[in-house]
Amino acid sequence: MYSYNDFDKTFNQTRVDQFRAQVARRIDGSLTEDEFKPLRLMNGVYLQLHAYMLRVAIPYGTLRSAQMQQLAMIADKYDRGYGHFTTRQNIQFNWPVLNEIPDILQDLADVEMHAIQTSGNCIRNVTADHFAGASADEIEDPRPTAELLRQWSTDHPEFAFLGRKFKIAITGAPNDRAVTKAHDIGLRMVRNGAGDAGYEVIVGGGLGRTPMIGKVLRPFLPRADLLPYLESVMQIYNVLGRRDNKYKARIKITVHENGIEKIRELVEERFVIQRAAFGGFDQELLAQLEAAFAPPTFIKAPLDDYQTAYKTDPIFRSFIDTNISAHKNVDYAIVSISIKKQGQTPGDATSQQMRMMAKLAEKYAHDELRISHEQNVILPHVHKSHLYDVFKSLQSVALATANIGLISDIIACPGMDYCALATARSIPIAQQIATRFDELKLENDIGPMKIKISGCINACGHHHVGHIGILGLDRAGVENYQITLGGDGTQDANIGERAGPGFSYDDIIPAVERIIYTYLDIRDGAQETFLQTYKRLGAEPFKAALYPATRVAAQ
Amino acid sequence: MARAFTPKVLTANRLLEGDVVYLGADNTWVLNHADALYLTDEMQAQTFLAQAKTRPDYLVGAYLADAQMQNGKPAPVHFRERFRTLGPSNYAHGKQETLDV
Repeated sequence: MYSYNDFDKTFNQTRVDQFRAQVARRIDGSLTEDEFKPLRLMNGVYLQLHAYMLRVAIPYGTLRSAQMQQLAMIADKYDRGYGHFTTRQNIQFNWPVLNEIPDILQDLADVEMHAIQTSGNCIRNVTADHFAGASADEIEDPRPTAELLRQWSTDHPEFAFLGRKFKIAITGAPNDRAVTKAHDIGLRMVRNGAGDAGYEVIVGGGLGRTPMIGKVLRPFLPRADLLPYLESVMQIYNVLGRRDNKYKARIKITVHENGIEKIRELVEERFVIQRAAFGGFDQELLAQLEAAFAPPTFIKAPLDDYQTAYKTDPIFRSFIDTNISAHKNVDYAIVSISIKKQGQTPGDATSQQMRMMAKLAEKYAHDELRISHEQNVILPHVHKSHLYDVFKSLQSVALATANIGLISDIIACPGMDYCALATARSIPIAQQIATRFDELKLENDIGPMKIKISGCINACGHHHVGHIGILGLDRAGVENYQITLGGDGTQDANIGERAGPGFSYDDIIPAVERIIYTYLDIRDGAQETFLQTYKRLGAEPFKAALYPATRVAAQ
Repeated sequence: MARAFTPKVLTANRLLEGDVVYLGADNTWVLNHADALYLTDEMQAQTFLAQAKTRPDYLVGAYLADAQMQNGKPAPVHFRERFRTLGPSNYAHGKQETLDV
C-alpha cells in the first residue's frame, strides 16, 4: 500500500495547522459564519441536523489496520463510540465539537489520513472497486491509478472551484463494483487488441435530481495519456459547464446539452495541447505507485481444518456461502464483513467493532481493509485456513451476519435522522425492511437483491440503481416514499423505473413486501434473480401488486 | 396577499457543539423545545431573529420555525422540526437520551 512521502506529510500537516487557525478565528469572532463555512467544508466539516459532522476520506476505500484503529480511537475520544461508513467509501463522525475538530484532523494526519475534498465543488475522494488487488476477475489493480488521481486532484488549483462537485470512480475488473457509469468520470481498466493497458473513459454519469448513465468518451485511452486526457475533460467542463443553475451544473448536464460528440471533439482538440505539457513524470510516479501496491506475499498452508469446519458448522457454512468472494489466489478468499446486521443502522460500526476488524486485518489479511460503497468492510486477502478464526472473532462482536448481497444488505443514506438536506428518513426504513424479511426467513430464498434508499433527491443512497430503489420525500409535511424498480449499478447500469405514487412511512414496508411476494410468485424457478424476472416481465406485475385498488378502480 | 403569520419558535444551532437550541424566556437559549418562547407576534419574532443574527459567537443559522401549543407547551409542526427536538430516530443517542423530551 501507498505510504505518504514528505510532500504528502507536509501538505497534510499544513492543512491541519491552517484549519486550526481558522477554527480559532471563527470562535474568537474574527471570521463570520459566511466566511468560515467554505473553509470548514473544504475540510469535510458539515453542520447537520443535530450536530457537526466530519467526513473523513478513505481514498479508494483502502485502509491499513493502524488507520482503522485510529478511527476507533477518534470515535471514542471525540464522538459517541461509532462511525458511519458511507456510499462514497468515506467515514463520517456525527457528533464532533467544533473546537476539537482540529485535534481530530491532527490524529488523522498522524496516520496519513485527512478530510480534504470530501465536500465542495472540487474533485472529490476518488473511489474504486472495493475488491481491488484481490478479486479473481480483475484485469489490473486500479489503486495505483486511483492514488495517481488523488495526488493529481488534491488541491489542484485549476479545479478547486468547479461549477459543481466532481466524482471519479475506477475499476480494474469487468464486473463493475464501483458504479463507474454513475460517476462524473468512470474509468474501466481495459486492454486493447494488442494487449496494451489502457482505460475506457466514461463521462456524464450521475444520480441525483437528473439521473443519467455515463457515456463512453474514449473506448481505449492509452495508459500514459490518462492525466492529460482527464485534464482536458476537466478544462472543457470548467468552461462549458453551466454556472447559472446549480441543478444543471454537473457534467452530466453539460454532456446531455452539448451531446457526447461535441464534448469528444472539444476534449480531443484540447488533449493535443495538454499532452504536450506532460513530460513523463506522471508515468514515473505511476510506476512507483504500482510498486507500492504490489500484492502481499501470500502464504501456503493446509486447508483441512477449514474444510472440516465448513462441513460441520452450518452457521460458518452460511457465512462462507454468502460473504466470501473469489480471490485471485485460489487458497485465499475475500471476506465481506456485513455492517448491516438486521435492525442496525447500515454502515454504522462501533469502536469495538472497528478495533476487531483492524486486529483481524493485521493478523489475517496482510494488514489491509477496504470500505465498500455498499457500506460494508472488506478483508481483501484472507488465507482460507484462517477463515474459521476470522468468522469466530467476527461473531464475538456481532459482525458475522451472513447477508452480503441479500435483501437486508441495504444501502441507506443518513437521511433525516442526521442530514440537514434530507427530506425524509432512510435508516428506519432500512431497519424495518431488514428486520421484516429476517422474521419471514425469506432472505436466502429471495437471493440477490439490492435495495437502496435515499432520504432526498440528491440520491446519496443510490436509489436509482437499486433493484428496488426507495426515495424519501416531504409531501405536504408528511414523509412519503417513492419506489423505483429495475435499477442496476453494475456494468449493465440502468436507472430504475418509477413504479407510481409514493407510500406513507407506515405503508412502505408492506409495499416492498408485495413486490417481493410477487417476484417469488412469478419468477421462473429459484435461480432467476429479481432483476432477471424484472427484465423478462417488466414492471407491470409489480405495479399491479403495488397498486391493486388503483387497478380495480381503473377497470 | 401576504400569508397570515402563524406561531413560531426561534431556533438555531450552537456554534461550538452544533446542537439545536431555542430562544427561551429572558433572552436565554434552551435545549428543550417545550421551554421555547412561543412567538405569536410577527414583529416580535422578526426582532428576536435579527438579534439572534448578531450572536455569531454563539449561534449558527438562526431561523423561525412553525410551532403549535400542545398540552400548554410549544411543540413543532413539521416532522423535521420534531426530529430536531429529539435526535436520530434509528436509536436513541441524541437529545432524547440526555433530555426529558
